[in-house]
Amino acid sequence: MSDHEYTPSSKFGKWFNDRLPLLTLANHLTDYPTPKNLNYWWTFGGILTFCLITQIVTGLVLAMHYIAHADMAFSSVEHIMRDVNYGWLLRYVHANGASMFFLAVYIHIFRSLFYGSYKSPREIIWILGIIIYLLMMAAAFMGYVLPWGQMSFWGATVITNLFSAIPLVGESITTWLWGGYSVDNPTLTRFFTLHYLIPFLILGLVVLHIWALHVPGNNNPVGIDIKKPSKDTVPFHPYIVIKDAFALLMFCIVFALFVFYQPNILGHADNYIEADPLVTPAHIVPEWYLLPFYAILRSVPDKLMGVVAMLSAILILAALPWLDTSKVRSAVFRPLFRQFYWILVADVLILGYVGAMPAEGLYLLIARVATAYYFAHFLIILPVLGWKEKTTPLPLSITEPVLGGSPNLAAARSDEKIEKTIK
Amino acid sequence: MRKLKNIFFVLIFSVIVLNSSNSAEKSPPFLETKWTFKGLFGKFDRASLQRGYQVYTEVCASCHSMKYLTYRNLAEKGGPEFSEAEAKAIAASFEVTDGPDSTGEMFVRPAKLSDKFVMPYANEQEAKAANGGAYPPDMSVLVKARKGGADYIYSLLLGYSEPPEGVELDDGVYYNKYMYGNKIKMPAPLSDDLIEYTDGTKATAEQMSKDVTNFLMWSAEPHLEQRHKTGFRVIAYLIILTVLVYFTMKKIWSRVEPKV
Amino acid sequence: MSDQKDEKKTNRRDFLFTATAAAGAVGVGAAVWPLVDQMNPDASVKALASTEVDVSSMQPGQSLTVLWRGKPVFIKRRTDDEIKKARAVDINNLKHPEKDEDRAKNPEWLVMLGICTHLGCVPLTDKGDYDGWFCPCHGSHYDTSGRIRKGPAPTNMEIPKYEFVNTNTIKIG
Repeated sequence: MSDHEYTPSSKFGKWFNDRLPLLTLANHLTDYPTPKNLNYWWTFGGILTFCLITQIVTGLVLAMHYIAHADMAFSSVEHIMRDVNYGWLLRYVHANGASMFFLAVYIHIFRSLFYGSYKSPREIIWILGIIIYLLMMAAAFMGYVLPWGQMSFWGATVITNLFSAIPLVGESITTWLWGGYSVDNPTLTRFFTLHYLIPFLILGLVVLHIWALHVPGNNNPVGIDIKKPSKDTVPFHPYIVIKDAFALLMFCIVFALFVFYQPNILGHADNYIEADPLVTPAHIVPEWYLLPFYAILRSVPDKLMGVVAMLSAILILAALPWLDTSKVRSAVFRPLFRQFYWILVADVLILGYVGAMPAEGLYLLIARVATAYYFAHFLIILPVLGWKEKTTPLPLSITEPVLGGSPNLAAARSDEKIEKTIK
Repeated sequence: MRKLKNIFFVLIFSVIVLNSSNSAEKSPPFLETKWTFKGLFGKFDRASLQRGYQVYTEVCASCHSMKYLTYRNLAEKGGPEFSEAEAKAIAASFEVTDGPDSTGEMFVRPAKLSDKFVMPYANEQEAKAANGGAYPPDMSVLVKARKGGADYIYSLLLGYSEPPEGVELDDGVYYNKYMYGNKIKMPAPLSDDLIEYTDGTKATAEQMSKDVTNFLMWSAEPHLEQRHKTGFRVIAYLIILTVLVYFTMKKIWSRVEPKV
Repeated sequence: MSDQKDEKKTNRRDFLFTATAAAGAVGVGAAVWPLVDQMNPDASVKALASTEVDVSSMQPGQSLTVLWRGKPVFIKRRTDDEIKKARAVDINNLKHPEKDEDRAKNPEWLVMLGICTHLGCVPLTDKGDYDGWFCPCHGSHYDTSGRIRKGPAPTNMEIPKYEFVNTNTIKIG
């Protein structure tokens, strides 16, 4: 696990560590050599850990008051909001926490995309991350069902009906998911159980994610391999800890603004109406973080193919390490890729926007073009780019980006720009 | 490169702005009024909440329930803050069915502080039957259950008018320019001097609309005042801590190149 | 000279680190409080903190058990004989000396929490060696004033806060 053997100084420490090497682990975590040029985009790993813990802790205490029953779920949430000590705070933190979690995870994912963190030797970290992301979506969706408002009910109905697209067994699967012939009390109780379970699965996967990260070590903005430990690295504690703490606090300020001043802005008004199986709200929209995929789903006119497209949009990410054929990791040295990267960012934002709009007319057209581009980016542009693109010269190390190997002035100048970008 | 990026963001932004301006479902902009509960230190106007309760109980309560409220809420901090004696008297003016008693009979008694607001109808079916098939929604969280919130409710209450030409209305359907689809089954509930305020305020339709909307905002968000107060403290604390951590970070990283 | 400067620097740094750590600790503490406090009785539970009981139909010798805050409360309308017995006891010989006059302000009515002070079982009425209450769990005997006389219970049964709203109604809590 660690390059150097660690021996605790105290006798008891040594005795304990020989039996359970917790101290070795702690030592590994504090000494873990981290590239010193990591920018603030790298702080979102720590922020995500904070989000997960916040969700688990607030979720646990909310579960002490919530009642998973179709007749009582809505009023138990109102009970939490009105009567439970600090119940309003806990619920708003949990509800907005989900949004903040996704905000952070999207930044985290797009950071990886920019700096090529998914490339060899970090494919397993990346795939674990995709699985975590999928589980997050499942947890968020089921959590949104629990208050048993109109959006909960109809969101659950629409999403579970996706499974009916599967040929032959689709109907049986939806009936099995529901535990009945529509979304009802059995559906609610099983969603609650799974909503409770998934965060702990995520927690386990996060441990693996970090473990897999600590084998090759962090990628960095320059994207080159570095020797560890060396003058290119700093120990995780205190350098990265304090930097992560600073970024986390900034994040918490934004979080607090939502919780205390706009706690319902990210939700839907309809979810404050108790679920009614007889009336569908005028506009069924998922939470903002699922909108791009919702747009992809609706852009395909065929029911089955729509579902396939939506799932592929996520699963294609798992194949990314092999679709991106470029040997250079960081976009800093890939001028063409960088342009396509920003087009992809815009594409996903556009998908998110049309996902919130009615699926008709111009919106539908935009959604189709954006969906096509999304897949083209991964299936065509990235593989071709790896062959065709002329990358700029890589520095030899983080500390000596210029001195080491740039043969000409032009490269040196572009390196100056790199320095700026890194900062 | 920068330029390209900026162009994209400008494009996206303009699409969003352009669209949000015409996607407001073609309803006119809401009537403007000043709400004391908005803003960093927003608080409820106590007297308005008390008047709002009067409007609710004398007008709305004949059709609309508020099933998540209890009479004790009326005396709680951050709400209308009736005195406990007043709240008790309000509760006692309602009758609730309790029981069974020791002989197995249900009995009627005056409501206590711990009782929920008495509902106008026994169930949804009865409510629908009494209102021409339309269910008067429960008003406990109504403000949060409508897009536009307090502004929407306030505008709706004052948004009744004769239907424009070409709009046919069935019996028991009214025209309201703020209602989704402009057709509403609730007749205009408030008119000048419909009730007499106990505190002597002139009961204009605007005044009553504002007071009752205030009251509904409180009922939907009873801890709003505490939320604002706590929020300000939390954010002030976070900013101070962020500054401290920033300088600590600078100190720690002063030994390293490149700096943070 | 330079030593002094270094020392000053160190001091300032130490102060910064301490202040940051302390401020952080305060915040964590404050954030934990809502998580703890949410388990305390909520507003709806507190609102039920008092119960009114109609005792108009009770005859001397009869007893009634009512639920208050999820716990049984014994209301006993005592006979003259029972009152006499309770008042005749020499309190110096008791494990938990309390005068009956202090336990039952109105001698006819004894209102107390029906919970054995040993481990929380509910004692049986009109049972035991002292004709008061007897706890079947571990054999504690209480007299007609609800005082512990024999057995493992350490103290007398507790008297809750109560008052007569009128002659027919007792308000507990």
